[in-house]
Amino acid sequence: MSFDVDHVAMLARLGLSADEKERLGAQLGAILEAIGTLSKVDTSHLPPTAQVGNLVNVWREDVAVASLPLDKAIGGAPEREGHHFTVGAIQE
Amino acid sequence: MSWSGRTITEMAAGLRDGTATAPELLADAQAAIGAAAQRVGAYLALTPERAAAQAEAAQQRLQTNPATASPLCGIPVAIKDVLCVEGVATTAGSRILEGWKPPYTATVVERLEALGAVVVGKTNCDEFAMGSSNENSAYRNVGNPWDVARVPGGSSGGSAAAVAAGTVPYSLGSDTGGSIRQPAALCGIVGFKPTYGRVSRYGLIAFASSLDQVGPFAHTVEDAALVYEAIAGVDPRDSTSQPVAVESAATEMRSGVEGMRLGIPKEYFGPGLDSAVRERIEAAITVLQGLGASVEEVSLPTTDAALATYYIIAPAECSSNLARMDGVRFGLRVPKSSLTDMYMQTRGSGFGAEVKRRIMLGTYALSSGYYDAYYLKAQQVRTLIAHEFSQAFEQVDALICPTSPTVAFPLGDRSDPLAMYACDVMTIPVNLAGLPGISVPCGFVDDLPVGLQVIGPRFQDARVFRIAHAYEQATEWHLKRAPLAGAAA
Repeated sequence: MSFDVDHVAMLARLGLSADEKERLGAQLGAILEAIGTLSKVDTSHLPPTAQVGNLVNVWREDVAVASLPLDKAIGGAPEREGHHFTVGAIQE
Repeated sequence: MSWSGRTITEMAAGLRDGTATAPELLADAQAAIGAAAQRVGAYLALTPERAAAQAEAAQQRLQTNPATASPLCGIPVAIKDVLCVEGVATTAGSRILEGWKPPYTATVVERLEALGAVVVGKTNCDEFAMGSSNENSAYRNVGNPWDVARVPGGSSGGSAAAVAAGTVPYSLGSDTGGSIRQPAALCGIVGFKPTYGRVSRYGLIAFASSLDQVGPFAHTVEDAALVYEAIAGVDPRDSTSQPVAVESAATEMRSGVEGMRLGIPKEYFGPGLDSAVRERIEAAITVLQGLGASVEEVSLPTTDAALATYYIIAPAECSSNLARMDGVRFGLRVPKSSLTDMYMQTRGSGFGAEVKRRIMLGTYALSSGYYDAYYLKAQQVRTLIAHEFSQAFEQVDALICPTSPTVAFPLGDRSDPLAMYACDVMTIPVNLAGLPGISVPCGFVDDLPVGLQVIGPRFQDARVFRIAHAYEQATEWHLKRAPLAGAAA
């Protein structure tokens, strides 16, 4: 099975070397072939399961509570200016 | 005398009869860690100062209030490096988080520390908990304490090896497709994955959020039950944690298996199962029958499709969860002038091969044009798998099967990703259905441990402990220690 490595890597924002692309392309093709066996399972009347917990709309009281102090929350940023994260140009 | 290799229960008794103090237990743990460091390599970070302060405080507490102190007070514990501990380097076994110190502590760790636990360090694991041999750690391999040329299993390989090597009496791991039970089996100890939603995931670095659960490793079922009781229960900070009262597993487990109906899922005994492992499991079933349980064959016909289902759902969730590793808010950044280049280069150099494979696979399965054929289809098969378990539990009280199709294999033995994925064929269905499962030692093949898996219905965690405890108490496998466990003595 073919696998468009460049397209998927771009979607995932994953920089890959030429070697990695070649290796991943072959491996993912084999994995897709193996998981393709799922198409044989009859699921015509089955709803999908996204989670098994059966909990819906779990809310807390709408009351302000203490949260992580700002300095602590953003203290691990590789680069910042004051209380802002800084990044390179978004548009060239 | 060293306390290395002893159980929580033994250490707790020692702390109360004056034969041990919490600082002494810590010193023994640290000596054992040092002795096993080279050959086992179970730890990624040690926290000696924090641990010393916790041991002192625990000793105070034991002296002032011995009657009310938790059995975990003053006992050393190791924490898988996917669980956040405030101010302590937490890497998830990945270069992308090297040097990062979380600003908060996971609920499970907070709960243990509130009871007086002494955290000795963070344990090695497969990168972001993806793997079955610990060989995907970006830092180093872990040697199995029974034979250091073999893998300890994964992804919680460090947590399993830390207990098996006698460095701590218990540890925490996480289990998304078998990552507690499989390494417990391969390292000859007990490993428990709770019902999905029993234990808070707050502060657990997310791999596949609908499958992940935190659970304990220990030498005995009783010790694992004590830890389970301490960490389980609803947490307002995890909206998937269940508001269901936590049973007293350590008490209920003593009721025995007389009159219980145990199911043997025939699909778990197929050609992929090593014949010597199969013999050990069959012998264990005979022991349970001898204790008064009845045994019948059951069928879970969609078992064959579970692996494929998992390898769509788990990578899909991981590709989404790991999008946050983007070089902006924390962790590694490879500086580039454009934002897209920074993302690509940071993620390209920060993630290892298996994580990249899964991100690619998950991104593909969720991408336009493929979503219905892969992700939606897998979610439907997941419904079928969960339904088949529910049907089986109308017939029997619990299921008994192997944890892993083989014993520990040599390091470097499984370079093909598909061969590695097959390690978890007997544990993955349990995560897809959100059930509780335990692995308990049930013998040896060529001096390597074999694990027996007990699977229960949702919220019947105590029943799983009960069956495992009855089996354990009727055998002596849990008393065996790995050759390396005596290294510090």
